[in-house]
Amino acid sequence: MPDEPFVKIRGLKKTFRTRDGDVEVLKGIDLDVGKGDIYGVIGFSGAGKSTLLRCLNRLESPDSGKVSVNGVEISSLDKRRLLEERRKIGIIFQQFNLFDSGTVFDNVAFPLEIAGIQRRRIEERVEEILELVELADKARCHPAQLSGGQKQRVGIARALANEPELLLSDEATSALDPQTTYSILQLLKRINKRLGLTVILVTHELDVVRCACRHLAVIEDGRIVEEGETRSLFSNPKSGTARQFIRIGEEFSRDFLVQGGESI
Amino acid sequence: MNLSTSSLRQVLASSASDEVWSFVWPAIGSTLYMLAVTTLLTFVLGLGLGIVLVVTDKDGIKSMPVFNAVLGAIVNVLRSFPSMILIILLLPLSRLILHKTYGANACILALVGSCFPMLGRLVESSIHEVAKGKLEAAKAMGTTNRDIILKVLLPEALPSLVRSFTVTVIAILGTTALAGSFGAGGLGDVAVRFGYNRFRTDVLIPTVLVLIALVQAIQALGGAIARGIERKRYLV
Repeated sequence: MPDEPFVKIRGLKKTFRTRDGDVEVLKGIDLDVGKGDIYGVIGFSGAGKSTLLRCLNRLESPDSGKVSVNGVEISSLDKRRLLEERRKIGIIFQQFNLFDSGTVFDNVAFPLEIAGIQRRRIEERVEEILELVELADKARCHPAQLSGGQKQRVGIARALANEPELLLSDEATSALDPQTTYSILQLLKRINKRLGLTVILVTHELDVVRCACRHLAVIEDGRIVEEGETRSLFSNPKSGTARQFIRIGEEFSRDFLVQGGESI
Repeated sequence: MNLSTSSLRQVLASSASDEVWSFVWPAIGSTLYMLAVTTLLTFVLGLGLGIVLVVTDKDGIKSMPVFNAVLGAIVNVLRSFPSMILIILLLPLSRLILHKTYGANACILALVGSCFPMLGRLVESSIHEVAKGKLEAAKAMGTTNRDIILKVLLPEALPSLVRSFTVTVIAILGTTALAGSFGAGGLGDVAVRFGYNRFRTDVLIPTVLVLIALVQAIQALGGAIARGIERKRYLV
């Protein structure tokens, strides 16, 4: 089926049971992401965007609804098949989540090792992928020796090691300064183009989607309130949340520039 | 010889005498033997127990809440006994297995029983300290539970595990001395039989000094290993 979207989410619902009662985080999400796209999901804190992303590799199990990636229905896989499918979905995190016990090399080699790939092949692949994220000279370093941006590059290298078809980014630039954010986004765009990788990127930063994403969904209180091409959505926002995001973004950059000008 | 019948100088001179060391030396050997074997067994059982406690936790990678609660309760019961009582209770077990309730080997069994629940809890808390995000990253990469334990949780927790282990070895040493009173032999036995029962302060002094030296050495070694690992990882 050529028209089948690469990632397809239908009627996705998720409720968390907390001490203070049940919280319905996702209230029926429908979403299509085409192959090779960079798709942004933007929302304020608590809108459910991270939960949505985590349903894609089933770090979170949906209560109802269907999630499929490249025709494989993730939501109904048994344990063994889930492990296999997870190896084809890379993920990067806000806090990087690198393993301090190993070097950069060990971190990038990890997903290959657990997939049972031969040592020689692992060494070649790690070298190749570190080249791609421009960290070839840091292979013997430990994560604690790296800057935030370098750590996230290692995170990306680790996520890409198994040649995944889909890369999930859970607020991956939110702990980074603007320049580093920009360089990480450039890297993601380059990888997307070079490897034809599909990227789904969850963020609360407007500039991130504006810089990196071709398509965009705005999520609010567990529902998608607006979606479409980034450029047209920005020029003609329909939902309140989208307008609010754009307004805050503009006010922030204006105030920031004015204040920055004064202080210099 | 003690301070009410002799001067401090005389007591100290006797402490250094061949006569005193003729039973302190063998006691050191016996204590080290018990310490080594007990430590080895406690390590295996305690590490296993700690891993099982973490893994079967309500939020663990193989959640088994009922089993976890029962196991936790058993561990708590074992830990509530004063070591001395537990050793007495476990001696019949030694009779069952080794057909003996005296001597170092018989006491080792009782010592392990009284020490491994503590190490289990320490291992549990060390592993719990590993950032949840690392666990999530490993899961997201399609890591099997076995690999999550062996290649993520244990290596990441290693410095903390070494510290937990150091605390346990010192606790074992203390319990070993206590077990001396139940026919285990070793420094505790010498301290009680000579130092306490026969008022021989000249014997008590070297045994206590040896115990202090052992505790210092174990703590220094454990601390150095933990720091060494952290330094290698550039965490300090």
